[in-house]
Amino acid sequence: MEDDAPVIYGLEFQARALTAQAAETDAIRFLVGTQSLKFDNQIHIIDFDDENNIINKNVLLHQAGEIWHIGASPADKAVLTTCYNKTSDSRVVSCAAVWRMPSDWETGSHESPDDSAHNPQTLELLCHLDDSAHINTACVLWEPMGDGKRVISLADNHALLWDLQESSTQATVSNTATLEGKGQLKFTSGKWSPHHNCSQLATANDTAIRGWDLRTMSQIYCIENAHGQLVRDLDFNPNRQYYLASCGDDCKVKFWDVRNVQEPVKTLEEHSHWWKTYFHFHINLPGNQHFSKSCFFKETFPLFYIVKFQSFPTAKLTCVLDIKHLILNFNT
Amino acid sequence: MTFSSFQLYYGINKEGKAAEQAESLDPCDINGAHFNPDLFLNKLRRECSLAELMDQETCMVKQIRSLDSDMQTLVYENYNKFISATDTIRKMKNDFKKMEDEMDCLSANMSAITEFSARISGTLQDQHEQITKLSGVHTLLRKLQFLFELPARLNKCLELQAYAQAVRSHRRARCVLQQYSHLPSFKGIQDDCHAIMDKLAQELRQKFRDGGSSAKDLSECVELLLQLDEPAEELCDKFLSHAQSRLETDLQGLEAEIRPTIPSPTSNTDILEFIDRGCNEFVSSLCLVIASYQELFINHAQTGELLQAFVGDLAARYFSLVERRIQEEKGVGDNSLLVRALDRFHRRLQAVAKLLPGSPVPNQGTEIVIRAATERVKQYLSALQSFYMDSLTDVRQALATPRLSVVSASGAGGGALLGASILNQIKSVLASVHLFTAKDIAFSNKPYFKGEFCSQGVRESLVVSFIKFVCQSSRQFCESAGDKGGSTPPALLLLLSRLCLDYETSTISYILTLTDEQFLVQHHSPVTPVTTLCTEAREAAQKLLNHYVKVQGLIISQMLRKSVETRDWVNTIEPRNVRAVMKRVVEDTTSIDVQVGLLYEEGVRKAHSSDSSKRTFSVYSSSRQQARYAASYTPSAPMDTNLLSNIHKLFSERIDIFSSVEFNKVSVITGIIKISLKTFLECVRLRTFGRYGLQQIQVDCHYLQMYLWRFVSDENLVHFLLDEIVGSSAHRCLDPAPMEQSVIEVICERG
Repeated sequence: MEDDAPVIYGLEFQARALTAQAAETDAIRFLVGTQSLKFDNQIHIIDFDDENNIINKNVLLHQAGEIWHIGASPADKAVLTTCYNKTSDSRVVSCAAVWRMPSDWETGSHESPDDSAHNPQTLELLCHLDDSAHINTACVLWEPMGDGKRVISLADNHALLWDLQESSTQATVSNTATLEGKGQLKFTSGKWSPHHNCSQLATANDTAIRGWDLRTMSQIYCIENAHGQLVRDLDFNPNRQYYLASCGDDCKVKFWDVRNVQEPVKTLEEHSHWWKTYFHFHINLPGNQHFSKSCFFKETFPLFYIVKFQSFPTAKLTCVLDIKHLILNFNT
Repeated sequence: MTFSSFQLYYGINKEGKAAEQAESLDPCDINGAHFNPDLFLNKLRRECSLAELMDQETCMVKQIRSLDSDMQTLVYENYNKFISATDTIRKMKNDFKKMEDEMDCLSANMSAITEFSARISGTLQDQHEQITKLSGVHTLLRKLQFLFELPARLNKCLELQAYAQAVRSHRRARCVLQQYSHLPSFKGIQDDCHAIMDKLAQELRQKFRDGGSSAKDLSECVELLLQLDEPAEELCDKFLSHAQSRLETDLQGLEAEIRPTIPSPTSNTDILEFIDRGCNEFVSSLCLVIASYQELFINHAQTGELLQAFVGDLAARYFSLVERRIQEEKGVGDNSLLVRALDRFHRRLQAVAKLLPGSPVPNQGTEIVIRAATERVKQYLSALQSFYMDSLTDVRQALATPRLSVVSASGAGGGALLGASILNQIKSVLASVHLFTAKDIAFSNKPYFKGEFCSQGVRESLVVSFIKFVCQSSRQFCESAGDKGGSTPPALLLLLSRLCLDYETSTISYILTLTDEQFLVQHHSPVTPVTTLCTEAREAAQKLLNHYVKVQGLIISQMLRKSVETRDWVNTIEPRNVRAVMKRVVEDTTSIDVQVGLLYEEGVRKAHSSDSSKRTFSVYSSSRQQARYAASYTPSAPMDTNLLSNIHKLFSERIDIFSSVEFNKVSVITGIIKISLKTFLECVRLRTFGRYGLQQIQVDCHYLQMYLWRFVSDENLVHFLLDEIVGSSAHRCLDPAPMEQSVIEVICERG
C-alpha cells in the first residue's frame, strides 16, 4: 500500500477541534468538533482502517454550542471534554464540560449507517468545568497517561486544576494558578507535560510561553517573545523531557530546551505559507504502536501529520482537517 | 744673395708652372711649354702691322738681353760655392785621422785597469770570509743574550701588563729553548720562562674570567691564550659564556623597556626606538661576538656548531622579546612606525646572515615579521569591524529621533553616509597595509610578502573577511533581534539591506579590484571569487529586506490584532465612523512607503482598474462562501474526487504571506500589507460578530481598500484579502445583515 489516494471525509460544518482518542488502543480514531453559529454542533468519531484505507464514522450531537477545543480522556475512551461557545442574550460565553458518549454509539452506527447521520445521538453531560468566577475557557487538558481523574482548564488568565469524582460527574477545583502582569492577559493554549510525573504544564499567552509546576502552581520558566506573533500551539516531545515545540502566526516552528530558554534550539521557517505549524504528541494505535505525531496547521485547517511509526519508520499517516473535510492519507 | 736669386728663379719657375697650367695649350704663349716659334711668327705676321712688328721685335731683343745677363750672374755665383765646399772637405779629412790615434790609446789604458782590479779582489777574499764569520758569531751572541735576558724581560712585561709583548717574546724563544733543552743552562732558562708564562696565562685567565673588560679586550685576551696553546674548546665555552653574560644584560635592558608598559602605557617608548635600541645594542654586539669568534677560532672545526647553538639560543630570546613588544602594538593609527621598525629589525638581521651563512636566525626573523604582519592584518580587520559596528550605533542613534519623517530623512542620508565612510575606512586600511609591500622596505621582496601576504593576508583575511562580516552581522540582525521585541529599528534593517545590495551591485567588485591593483595580487592559492561574495551580500540584503517586511508587518498586525481582540463585536453600536486604528494603519503604511521610497526604486505594479478605490464588497459575493452554506447536511463522502480537486485548488490558490520580496518599494509594501491583512483575517475568524460588528468590519475594510490599493503591485490581492475578511466576519456573524454600500461609502468619505 504505497501512496494510496487520500481518504477524504466531509463535515457538514466548519471545524477547528481535532484530537486522537488517547484511550483507544485498537483503532486509529479521531474526534472532530464542529463550529456552527446557527445549527446544532456535532462531534464526529472517525475510525481509520489503514489496511483497507477506508473510514468509518459516527456522529454525536453537541448541542451546547460551537466547539473550539476537544480533549479525549486518557483512561476512558467514552469520556471527552469540549470547550464551546454559548450564545445567549447576544452574549458569547466560552464554557467547558466533560461529556460521555452514549454507550451504544458504536453498535448503532453499524446497524444503520444512514440513520446515524440523520438522527444522531446526543452526548451525555457529565459535569461543567465552570465556576462562576472563571469563564471563557480556552482549552481543557487531560492528565497524560493518567487515570482520567484530573484535568486542567485554562480560562482567561487562570489555570484551574480539577479533580473529577463520582465517575466524572462531579468536578471540584483543587488548585489554581493565575497569570499576572500588565494588561488583559489571556491563555490561548497549553499542554500538560507527560514527563516529571506529570507535574509540569506549559501555557501560551500572546507571544509568550510559560512553564508551571503543578505541585506549587507557580511559574518555573517563561519564554518572552517566543514568536514574533501569537503562539498558536505548543507540545512536548514525548521522548525527550526537556524539549518543547511551538508554532506561531509568524509561520515559524521553534524547538526549545526549557532549561535554557534564551534561544530556541532550532527554528523552522521552510514553508512560508504555513500560517500555523505543527507540534508533537503521540497517540496509541493498533497493536499498541507508538506514534510520534506532529501537527501542522495550514491556514485555519489543522493538519495532523504523523511523522513515523516506531516499527515502520517510513510509514506515515497524514490527517488534515480542512474547514469542512477530514483528509487521511496513509503511506508506507 | 745667391740664395735669394735661386729662390727668385724657382719662384718664377713656379709661377710659370701655374701659368702653364692655365694656358698650357696655347702655342703662341712665349713663356709656355708648348711654344711653337713658327706658329707664333706666322700669327704675328698675319695679325700685326709692320709698326707693331717692329715694336715687338725691339721688345723681344730687350728681353733677350736682360735674360742673358741674368744667366751670367747665376753661373758665377754657383762656381764660387763649389770652390768653398771643396775646401771644407779637405779640412775634415785631416781631423779624422788624429782622432783615431787617440781612441787606440784609450782602449790600452782600460785593459790595464781591469787587470789591476782583479788583482786587488784576489787579495781581499780571505779577509771578507773572516768578517762574515765574526758577524755570525755576533748574532748568535745577541740571541743568547736575549735568551738569558728573557725571564727578566718577561717579568717586566708581566709587571707592566704588556701581555702581548711577553707572548710575542716567548714565542720567539720557545722553539730554541725546546731544541736546546738538553743543555742545563738552557733548561734553566726554559723552566724560568715556563713558570713566568704560566703565571701570565694565569693572569690572562683571571682577566678573562672577570669579564668586565670590553669585547675587544676579551678577544685580545683569547687570542693571546690561544697563542699560549690553551685548549680551544674550553676557551670557546668561556668566551661564549662571557659574551652571553654581556648580551644578556642587553636583553635585560630591552626587557626592562617592555615591563613598565603595564602601569603607564603613555610614557612607553615607541616601537621604533625599541627596535633601534635592540639593533644597536644587542644585534651589533652579537655581530661583534660572531665576528671575533670566527676570527679567533677559525681553525677549530667543531666550534662552528657551538656558535650556531649559542647564537640560536640568544636570538630566540631576543625574538621573544621583540615579539612581546610587537604584540603590544595594538593601536592601528599609524602603521608606518611599525613597518619601519620591522624593516630595521629585518635589515639588521641580514648582518647576522652574512656572518653566519647557515644560520636559521634570519629566517626566524622573517617569520616574526610575517607573524607581525598577519597579526596586524587581523587587528585591522577587527578595527574595521568595530568601526562598522560603531557606525551602525551612530546610525541607530540618529534613527532614534521620535518623529517618523525625521527618521526617514536621516535614514536615507545616513545610508549614503554609512556606505561612504565604510568605504573610506577600507581604503585607508588598505593604504596602511600597503606599507608592508612598499618598495623601500627590505622584507617586501620576500616571497611571502609578494604572494601569500597579498592574496591570503590582505585579500582574504582582511577584505573578504570584512565583507563577510558585514553580511553576517547584518544577518544576525534578522536572527537574534527579530523576535525579541524588535530591538533593531526597522529603518536600520532597511538601510542595511540597501547597503548590502549596493555591495552586491558595485562595492564588492570595486573594493576587490582596488585591492588586486594595489597589491598586484597573484593568486597562487584559490581565493574567494567576487561572485560568491556578491551572492552572499545579495542573500543578506534579501534576508534583511524580508525581515524588514516581517517586522513592519508585525507592528501593523499587532495594532489590528489588538483592535479586533479587545472589542465586544456582538454588542457594538451601529458604525458611524471608520475606527481610528484603520486610519493609523493607513498612516503608518504611508510613512513606510515614504521610508522605503527613499532607498528603493518604485517597482512594477499591475495596471489599475479605473474604479480601484470604489470596489464594492458584497458580503456573499464569494461563490465559495455560498457553496459552504449549500453543503450543509450533506452526507459524508469518503472518496469524493471532485472534492479532492477542490481542495487541491484551494491549496494552489494560496497567497504566499511570508514570501520573499523583491528589491523595490512596491514589493516591500505589498509584503507588509499582505502580512497585516492576513493577521486581520485570522483575528476575525476567531471572533463572533453581531450585526453592527459585521457592519463595522465592512466600513473598515472599505476604508482600507480606498487607501491601500495604491501601494501594492496587484490590487486584486488587497481585494481578495479584504473580501475574505468581510466574508469571514459574515460567516462568524450571529445576525448577518450587511450595510448598504452607499452608506459605507458615505461614512468612509467622511473620514
